[in-house]
Amino acid sequence: MEQYFGKAVKRVEDPRFLTGSGQYTDDLSLPRMAHVAMVRTPFAHARIRRIDTAQALEHPGVVAVITGQALRDANIGSIPPGWLLPDIKTPPHYAIAVDRVRHAGEIVAAVIAESRAIAEDAALLVDVEYEMLPAVSLGSAALASGAPAVHDEAIENVCFRWSIGDQAAVDAEFDRAAKTVKLSLRNSRLAPNAIEPRASLAQYVRASDELTLWTTSQNPHIHRLILAAFVLGIPEHKLRVISPDVGGGFGSKIFQYPEEVIVLYAARKLNRPVKWTARRTESFVSDSHGRDHESEAELAADDEGHVLALRVKTIANLGAYLTLFGPVVPTYLYGTLMNGPYRFRAIHCAVTGVFTHTAPVDALRGAGRPEATYLLERMMDRMAQELGQDPAELRRKNFIQPDAFPYQTPVALVYDSGNYEPALDKALTTLDYKRAREAQAALRKEGRYLGIGFSTYLEACGLAPSSLVGSLGAQAGQWESALVRVMPTGKVEVFTGAHSHGQGHETAFAQIVADDLQIPMDDVVIVHGDTAKVPFGWGSYGSRSAAVGASALKMALNKIRDKAAGIAAHLLEAAPEDVEMTGGQLHVKGVPERGKSFSDIALQAHLAHNLPEGMEPGLEATHFYDPKNFVYPFGTHVAVVEVDPETGRVTLQRYVAVDDCGPLINPMIAEGQVHGGIAHGVGQALLEHALYDEQGQFVAGSFLEYAMPRADDLPLFEIDHTVTPSPHNPLGVKGIGETGTIASTAAVANAVIDALGPFGITHLDMPFTAENVWRAIQGGKKAVA
Amino acid sequence: MADTVAITLTVNGVERQADVEPRTLLVHFLREALGLTGTHVGCDTSQCGACAVSVGGVVVKSCTLLAVQADRAEVTTIEGLARDGQLDPVQQAFWDVHALQCGFCTPGMVMATHELLAHSPQPTDAEIRHGLEGNYCRCTGYHNIVRAVRLAAEKLAERESTAAAG
Amino acid sequence: MYPSAFGYYRAASVQEAVALLGEHPDAKLLAGGHSLIPAMKLRLATPSALVDLGSVAELRGIRQQGETIVIGAMTPHREIEYSTELAKTCPILPEAAAVIGDPLVRNRGTIGGSLAHADPAADFPACVLALGGTLTIQGTAGGRTVEAADFFQDMFATALQPGEVLTEIQVPARQPGVGMAYEKFAHPASRYAIVGVAAVVRMNRSVCEEARVAMTGATSKPTRLTKLEAALAGKPLDEATLKATCVNVVSPDGLLGDHTASATFRAHLTDVFAKRALQRAAERSTSR
Repeated sequence: MEQYFGKAVKRVEDPRFLTGSGQYTDDLSLPRMAHVAMVRTPFAHARIRRIDTAQALEHPGVVAVITGQALRDANIGSIPPGWLLPDIKTPPHYAIAVDRVRHAGEIVAAVIAESRAIAEDAALLVDVEYEMLPAVSLGSAALASGAPAVHDEAIENVCFRWSIGDQAAVDAEFDRAAKTVKLSLRNSRLAPNAIEPRASLAQYVRASDELTLWTTSQNPHIHRLILAAFVLGIPEHKLRVISPDVGGGFGSKIFQYPEEVIVLYAARKLNRPVKWTARRTESFVSDSHGRDHESEAELAADDEGHVLALRVKTIANLGAYLTLFGPVVPTYLYGTLMNGPYRFRAIHCAVTGVFTHTAPVDALRGAGRPEATYLLERMMDRMAQELGQDPAELRRKNFIQPDAFPYQTPVALVYDSGNYEPALDKALTTLDYKRAREAQAALRKEGRYLGIGFSTYLEACGLAPSSLVGSLGAQAGQWESALVRVMPTGKVEVFTGAHSHGQGHETAFAQIVADDLQIPMDDVVIVHGDTAKVPFGWGSYGSRSAAVGASALKMALNKIRDKAAGIAAHLLEAAPEDVEMTGGQLHVKGVPERGKSFSDIALQAHLAHNLPEGMEPGLEATHFYDPKNFVYPFGTHVAVVEVDPETGRVTLQRYVAVDDCGPLINPMIAEGQVHGGIAHGVGQALLEHALYDEQGQFVAGSFLEYAMPRADDLPLFEIDHTVTPSPHNPLGVKGIGETGTIASTAAVANAVIDALGPFGITHLDMPFTAENVWRAIQGGKKAVA
Repeated sequence: MADTVAITLTVNGVERQADVEPRTLLVHFLREALGLTGTHVGCDTSQCGACAVSVGGVVVKSCTLLAVQADRAEVTTIEGLARDGQLDPVQQAFWDVHALQCGFCTPGMVMATHELLAHSPQPTDAEIRHGLEGNYCRCTGYHNIVRAVRLAAEKLAERESTAAAG
Repeated sequence: MYPSAFGYYRAASVQEAVALLGEHPDAKLLAGGHSLIPAMKLRLATPSALVDLGSVAELRGIRQQGETIVIGAMTPHREIEYSTELAKTCPILPEAAAVIGDPLVRNRGTIGGSLAHADPAADFPACVLALGGTLTIQGTAGGRTVEAADFFQDMFATALQPGEVLTEIQVPARQPGVGMAYEKFAHPASRYAIVGVAAVVRMNRSVCEEARVAMTGATSKPTRLTKLEAALAGKPLDEATLKATCVNVVSPDGLLGDHTASATFRAHLTDVFAKRALQRAAERSTSR
């Protein structure tokens, strides 16, 4: 039989996308469907004095205008966060503001009409009288005394104060350290910008009192649970959530958004389907943003460059409201990652989560881990610079050694496996590091400024086990489900709680099934994204689909194989343990010529004419898999940039990435994930900035202003990998969806700072736009002059 | 209802007649009136390119064109490229080298590739990257898209030489 | 995402377009639509009617009349970019066309639309100004010709009067000894010019007889860099001259600035891109 695991099988989902037959939420259309346009506040902070909807309601074609008060009157609840921390403040987050708006773009009314064009016409007729209030957009400014309050219940705008690690141990290490370095770092805010804008369509069937929501979701079951039980207050089985083809998520489609509440409410209220699709300019102010940290970091090392301790204080801007994972991203997905792949004696990380008059901040590709990696890898470079050591060698000498696992870090995580040097070596070889440094030195003499930057990242993904995440505050489990249903003809349907919005599960998961059951991939279909079909599952984010979702599938397949072997043994009059499967046949060991094909067994299982005594008919298995630990991908990324000293423009010349995510199910798909991840992280370093002004106005609110990588901003990437399997899951696999982003921002940042070394520059905040770099060079010139 | 204008256009080889409001954008006409939902909308400022279609033989952004401006034109959308169930060489190349992930930008990328190869049948990587400047992809980092365009160029050249020889 | 409602009128000729504008005084002309339609979608523009020039065949095309190149206002950027004719007779225009927006935008956007819209960050206005072009305008009272220097009046404001149609752009065909180049620092998102500099130089052996340099992107309208032009006259355009002259070419006072590029930075970029444009223009002056 053909072996599929490890093969670059072309994706089965692609023909539909290539021919325009994909079905994204906005492609759906239902009879009598009405359309919504949102009325959004242009002000960051204001009291709503009055909302006059009369003129909008009179506009021909308008069906209804919904206000926040109407939702309150209908007992529609607030959208809750999904992770709690000690003493956290969780002010309500209503779908439509009632009396006060807290960020530009917050919804104040929803206009529903026969067409979107009419709805947009009428939205301009809704008359809202605002009393403007002072606003604050920067985390540190929100903490300053006298800053405008975002929520009355959050004193000094503090949502939570959280810390991890042993502060006294850190202090002691700093006291005896030979060398310390210190940096203030800003991790810039990003807008997610999946190319498919968010969209939601709700339908109500009065006869059964059932609602269906088609929505751009990475996790339809979480949507159903929260929207039904916590927001609408309806029985969970009266809401079906379908997430059809989804055009990229990057975290932004995890959360339950006000617009989803509004279409559900309106569909039931009006008894007709209601659809909303974001315009891009709406996406900018209504999608949850990412990052936005202000940090102070100090690193201590001995005189040889062995790191001792790290001290971090971070202000995390959470925006105006907590969305689903808002509290966990800058805490347990950040502070716990500060150790990286290095041997630290002590680490302390304190985070203050702060409310501001900006859009909510939550998970965005990498979610906390890029922020941690950026900070740690900048500090490692700063230390190398301070000690006059090569940044690659400083990292090497600090790596945890391969015989040291399991390795307990000072920040809670226990790494179960790792082997960091081979990835570094491979990257250095690919780059031809020695020659690259020589070229850099030679070009500097010609007035050209190249920089080489490293990121020897480590990440933790596939959060687990559920008991652990529960003890840390999760209001969720982090296991995953798989249901394998074999039909009488031997065709297989797999229902997975994971969700693909570009990751190619329909292919990669089918490869695993085809291998395990020794059947052609064409005999397998992977079903996801529909709460009416798929058992409860937690969806896809945090690089969990392979490690948790595919592992669940593997475990369910084991059950199918066991049962199939039992049936085969019975038919072959052998003991089950003597039956094996080769060449697509179940047969007694050593007697391959007398066997039963998998489809024979499937048929027998369903006919049930001759099953072992006591065996249930049918061939179906479900597994709920709860891993024992996180998985820990790692690797070395190297960026080579050139800075034009005249304009400050940074060009990414080369990018080398060596990742270890364990065995690759489909190397083509895995590499694709790395490519996209790198681009996202490069984007943060060089281009992207979701910038608010001090009054809380979003100043980069369209694709005309918000720069993202285009084809001509990037080189071809040089990709390779090493393989260190995860010891605890049945496939040995680790996540790969975020490594590129986690690693690349730091690599590019370090490369830019390296290029600027001759100007005496030791740090510069992202994004490295032309003007930022040029200004630094001007300042630096003066400093050295 | 506002006044409408009668238009006649050929879409993927089929003549279509409709009365449209002048403000109807071509992309909305294709998606809503004709049900051709393969052409996508990813932005509202003519940047992302997800809405690219061919109008009168050149590829344009259908979000920045009124349906009335396409009156009497030949329009080809992503749905019109495959013939008899066979992907065209650009579509095939995208499939072969994994030049798509979520698929949302893909129709526009494929159309833009046709435009690019019509002008530069054997493009350099730099020409490919410059030629795709009007199309955003957030999934692939463009790496495999650039490879797909190269491959499509080869496939089209082969087809040309076979046709010339035959 | 949806423009507000408007009336739509398709002109078959310039004459008809002028007549339609007379009938609908609030109407806007629709050329390629790549500035107007985005503005209408965001409801930044809400004209009551559009007069579409898309069917006016006489407005499209590039031809040479003696020493003058005549470009129809409805000629798309892409046609200019790929014109083998212009590559010889006025290479700055294909060069500038190739960096406008992106290829798909260039298929629809037109030179006339770009000039008439007079976006302060557009590319063609600076080129036409540096070339010393003229623009032909038709109105009810007949035709008139306006120098580029008089055409651009302010941000989004030109010499076009209500009811008038820009029909043609005339630029001089390149003479021996003339070199021209357009250099642009593009906005990383929009790809409009943060600063663009168009340079047209007439060289006699290696000495500059005349330099015409115009900038876009940082000023409310395309602007000649007259101080720089004067400093270059009679000098060789070598590294030393350019280094000495392309310094503080414009003052940051009064320049446009935003969060992507401040006025100070744009003033600096003007020096850099003036130098780069002049360098290449000088190199090209020797080619035939």
